[in-house]
Amino acid sequence: MLKDKDRIFQNLYNDLGYDLNSSKKRGDWVNTKGLIEKGREWIINEIKSSELRGRGGAGFPTGLKWSFAPKEVGSRPHYLVINGDESEPGTCKDRDILRFEPHKLIEGCLIASFAVQAHVCYIYIRGEYFIEGQKLQLAINEAYEKNLIGKNASGTGWDLDVYIHYGAGAYICGEETALLESIEGKKGQPRLKPPFPALVGLYGCPTIINNVETIAVVPTILRKGGKWFSSLGKEKNTGTKIFCISGNVNNPCNVEEEMSIPLKELIEVHAGGVVGGWENLQAVIPGGSSMPLIPKEKCETLTMDFDSLVKEKSGLGTAGVVVINKDQDIIKCMARIARFYKHESCGQCTPCREGSGWMWRMLERMAKGEASKNEVDMLMDVTKQIEGHTICAFGEGSSWPVQGLIRHFKKEIEKRNNFDPLINKDRNVPYLVDQHLLDK
Amino acid sequence: MSLKKISKDQPKNFQFSENSLKAANNIVKNYPKGKQQSAVMALLYIAQKQNNNWIPLSAMKYVAKFLNMPYIKVYEVATFYSMYNLSPVGEYFVQVCTTTPCMIRGAYKLVEACKEKISESENTLSQSGKCSWMEVECLGACVNAPMMQINDDYYEDLDKEKTLKILDKILKGDKPKPGSYRGRINNEPENNRKTLLEYKNA
Repeated sequence: MLKDKDRIFQNLYNDLGYDLNSSKKRGDWVNTKGLIEKGREWIINEIKSSELRGRGGAGFPTGLKWSFAPKEVGSRPHYLVINGDESEPGTCKDRDILRFEPHKLIEGCLIASFAVQAHVCYIYIRGEYFIEGQKLQLAINEAYEKNLIGKNASGTGWDLDVYIHYGAGAYICGEETALLESIEGKKGQPRLKPPFPALVGLYGCPTIINNVETIAVVPTILRKGGKWFSSLGKEKNTGTKIFCISGNVNNPCNVEEEMSIPLKELIEVHAGGVVGGWENLQAVIPGGSSMPLIPKEKCETLTMDFDSLVKEKSGLGTAGVVVINKDQDIIKCMARIARFYKHESCGQCTPCREGSGWMWRMLERMAKGEASKNEVDMLMDVTKQIEGHTICAFGEGSSWPVQGLIRHFKKEIEKRNNFDPLINKDRNVPYLVDQHLLDK
Repeated sequence: MSLKKISKDQPKNFQFSENSLKAANNIVKNYPKGKQQSAVMALLYIAQKQNNNWIPLSAMKYVAKFLNMPYIKVYEVATFYSMYNLSPVGEYFVQVCTTTPCMIRGAYKLVEACKEKISESENTLSQSGKCSWMEVECLGACVNAPMMQINDDYYEDLDKEKTLKILDKILKGDKPKPGSYRGRINNEPENNRKTLLEYKNA
């Protein structure tokens, strides 16, 4: 288990208070000026040496992303945008950062803005987190009052303005280009990439977009050193991460732990074990709903980091662990996730708009046992036709959980849906004109 | 993308009140000159708050003029995002999360409670006209499942009985206390905390 002194979010459960004075006591805003005076190069190199990977789901190296921002500010200003549109089912880590550690985030905004030469920072928060947003706004006001941000922020000579922009209940706005569209006051439909936002982003200007958790860990990394951060976890998967453990566990919770912690330890030690005991475990969704589930056999030895989950054909995503025990109907669980994606598809690309509803309807029938045998393969085919054929990664996000279900629970589906296809029973279907095509 | 029903009863006129106007002007200042369109989402929120939790078409037209943008662009935004209510939802708008993490912990029991107390079907006003309910997608409080949102507040760690009690209170016009209904503190593992203990006991 990670030592308490190595935990970045000391106030994850709000034992200490979230106001400026309490935050200063646990080390926020201490000598921020000194950190910034060490220069842009130093900050980016320190983040690179910490091997911090983005915490929003894709796991892109943060230092590298920052270095994509143009070296010189041209005619267009630079922007920093913080992605707090946390809507992935199973994930609720940013909520706790926004309400209990807002000053870590704001200080991170200042450092990151300086590193990418932005004078304006927008924090995009999902509309449902109104109360959390109000708490962050209070913290921003406090920081302005003490001149920690604003003109000549913290005495560094750097000007920074921080604004909150509320979303309005669209999951797709968590996609970075959709988020930019949303800030510009349009429908949240993703843009084609390239050009990447680092060059052409918000209002056509160079924009760096980071997750709330990524930015909130930056000040601590700079204080304790990139070496300290990279000494935790394992190579290429370093540092600490907030895990959200929900579903059929005895004590669902958020907990900050070291990367590469065994999944079993996470569930048994922190979340109080699976409801009905470990033997009652059916499957685990390791990283928010868009990551394929992992069956019990593999959960015994699984470690929670980006690379080892990719080996299991899944992913760490946002580290929202959803535990499903044997009392649940796994097909129904996945059908509900498919319904989520059907509801949240932005409607821009046909494969996703039509396919997400198609998958949902098929899964609902499969859960009831009303599908025929060959439909399992057809469902797999549908997922393959969505995946990789859309502008953004929503296509993958909606088809991967279904693929995971078919990969690991195909027998279960087939057991329940054992109708023969209509065509095998009676080939003399009057309305099927091209019957000769069925001949082998 | 969700389908949204636009109310048949539309007020003819809409105008920002003095307070709303002040708030709206402050928000427009957050964005660069000439990019005032960015404020459309925030302004729709202000209109919704002013107009009893829903946005009439006249408010969209007003916002369009206010920001000097085409009406259709405002209409697009208002219909795209699910948090803008385009027909009356009542003073208390109950949203029950039923996505998988909540579902496997019994979210449909909460739906039953809403059906008993408020109205048989979603998006229908209760008899008193003060309250309506709706099933929504993930509200981002999965470790506190099952949960629901009433206006801005989250009610967490519920079951059917507790939901019935909360609904009784709001139907009477009280405001029940938001937060966890199993008495736990925020997102900590209930009775099983193993981290940051020195602060907890401090």
